[in-house]
Amino acid sequence: MKAFNALLSRELGGVQLGAGGLGVLFFLTVVVLLPLGIGPRDDLLQQIAPGILWIAVLLASLLGLESMFREDFENGSLEAMATSAFPLEAIVLAKCLAHWLACLLPLAVLSVPCGLLLYLSVSESIGIAIAMLLGTPAFSLLGSIGAALTLDARRGNLLALLLVLPLSMPPLIFGVLASGGKGGASGLLLGIGLSLGALAIAPFLSSAILWTRLRA
Amino acid sequence: MNPLMNHYAHPTHFMRISSIVLPWLAVASVVALAVALYVSLFVAPGDYRQGQAARIMFLHVPAAWLALGGYVAIAIASATGWIWKRPLADVAARAIAPAGACFTLIVLLTGSLWGKPMWGSWWVWDARLTSVAILLLLYLGYIALWNAIEEPTLAARAAGALALIGIVNIPIIHFSVSWWNTLHQPASVLRFDGPTIHPTLLIPLLLMFAALSLLMVTITLARMRLEILRRRTRMLRLRAAQT
Repeated sequence: MKAFNALLSRELGGVQLGAGGLGVLFFLTVVVLLPLGIGPRDDLLQQIAPGILWIAVLLASLLGLESMFREDFENGSLEAMATSAFPLEAIVLAKCLAHWLACLLPLAVLSVPCGLLLYLSVSESIGIAIAMLLGTPAFSLLGSIGAALTLDARRGNLLALLLVLPLSMPPLIFGVLASGGKGGASGLLLGIGLSLGALAIAPFLSSAILWTRLRA
Repeated sequence: MNPLMNHYAHPTHFMRISSIVLPWLAVASVVALAVALYVSLFVAPGDYRQGQAARIMFLHVPAAWLALGGYVAIAIASATGWIWKRPLADVAARAIAPAGACFTLIVLLTGSLWGKPMWGSWWVWDARLTSVAILLLLYLGYIALWNAIEEPTLAARAAGALALIGIVNIPIIHFSVSWWNTLHQPASVLRFDGPTIHPTLLIPLLLMFAALSLLMVTITLARMRLEILRRRTRMLRLRAAQT
């Protein structure tokens, strides 16, 4: 647990913080550009706000994926950590948690004021934030698979995007569903289910993929 | 794995046997395709309401089966390659992908050609159409990942992991996009209570499926041979560079 916390604070203080700041900037830019692009009509903005906020969160989460493993892999510290007594699965989990805390948690909180800017009511905005808190862990976990797969690939950054987007579609759909409209409760439950399912699979699959690189 | 499989899984044996089988397979698939095209274009009746445009289904439906079947085959081959360490299975998985991606593209194109006169629009965001479009994305990602990693065994592990996570995700993706109301008609051939379509339509459908399957096997075998030769050249180059 001590090692886990140490790794988490190392990740948060280092690479993920920069990616998280960039993500916040990206998110705010989308929210400001949206009314400029489609006009300040409150009925239209209200209707599309949940979907736009979720899409912005998904795209912002991709920004932090590159820094998840690549730097540590290139300077050898990933190998050093993997050969320690600390299991690689837990390292992956710590990195996913750091990615979520730095890149996705701030956006879930920010979606409340941003929802208000897009003419949503307070309760609707808080509903979106809750759906994001519970649904977005799947983005970090699935993203770790993409980041591990494209570790030393040519143009790995773009490739990770292509690999992760189809996998991220179900959490996106259920997230938007949970953020309003009919079927909200079941959308929320399915979103939580996907997050838990990803939690059960992704750390093991990602570390299995990482091992094939570390042994080579 | 049994000894016989072991024997045929060796690349040298594979090259020898496939060089004998491949020409016959190629001829058979051309003949089968000609027969299937003739039957579906001239023998089968046009639809009472949809007219001649209904014939596009004879290509659309078998291509859809093969598009999905191709991805399942990739996942099975990848799992075999990972668990039993058979390079030939990885080679097969890589070789299936372009044909499968082409069939997925054919499904989308024929579907949209059919949809324009029937539904009045080239594209509808319905559950099945969206799932197939995502399947195409999965195929493209799989092919791109193979091409992006230089070392064949590393590329095989990475692409195999992607194929396996993809096969787990296909039902989830399909279920999730089913939340939208669907315009697409329900399945009418693979049902528990027997096919609901008339034999005059079912026969050309199955003929085309057989022809396209033969074609897919032929293309896959040819691509496998190509990949093995490519790996051999790579080994020779590496060896030449060392000395």
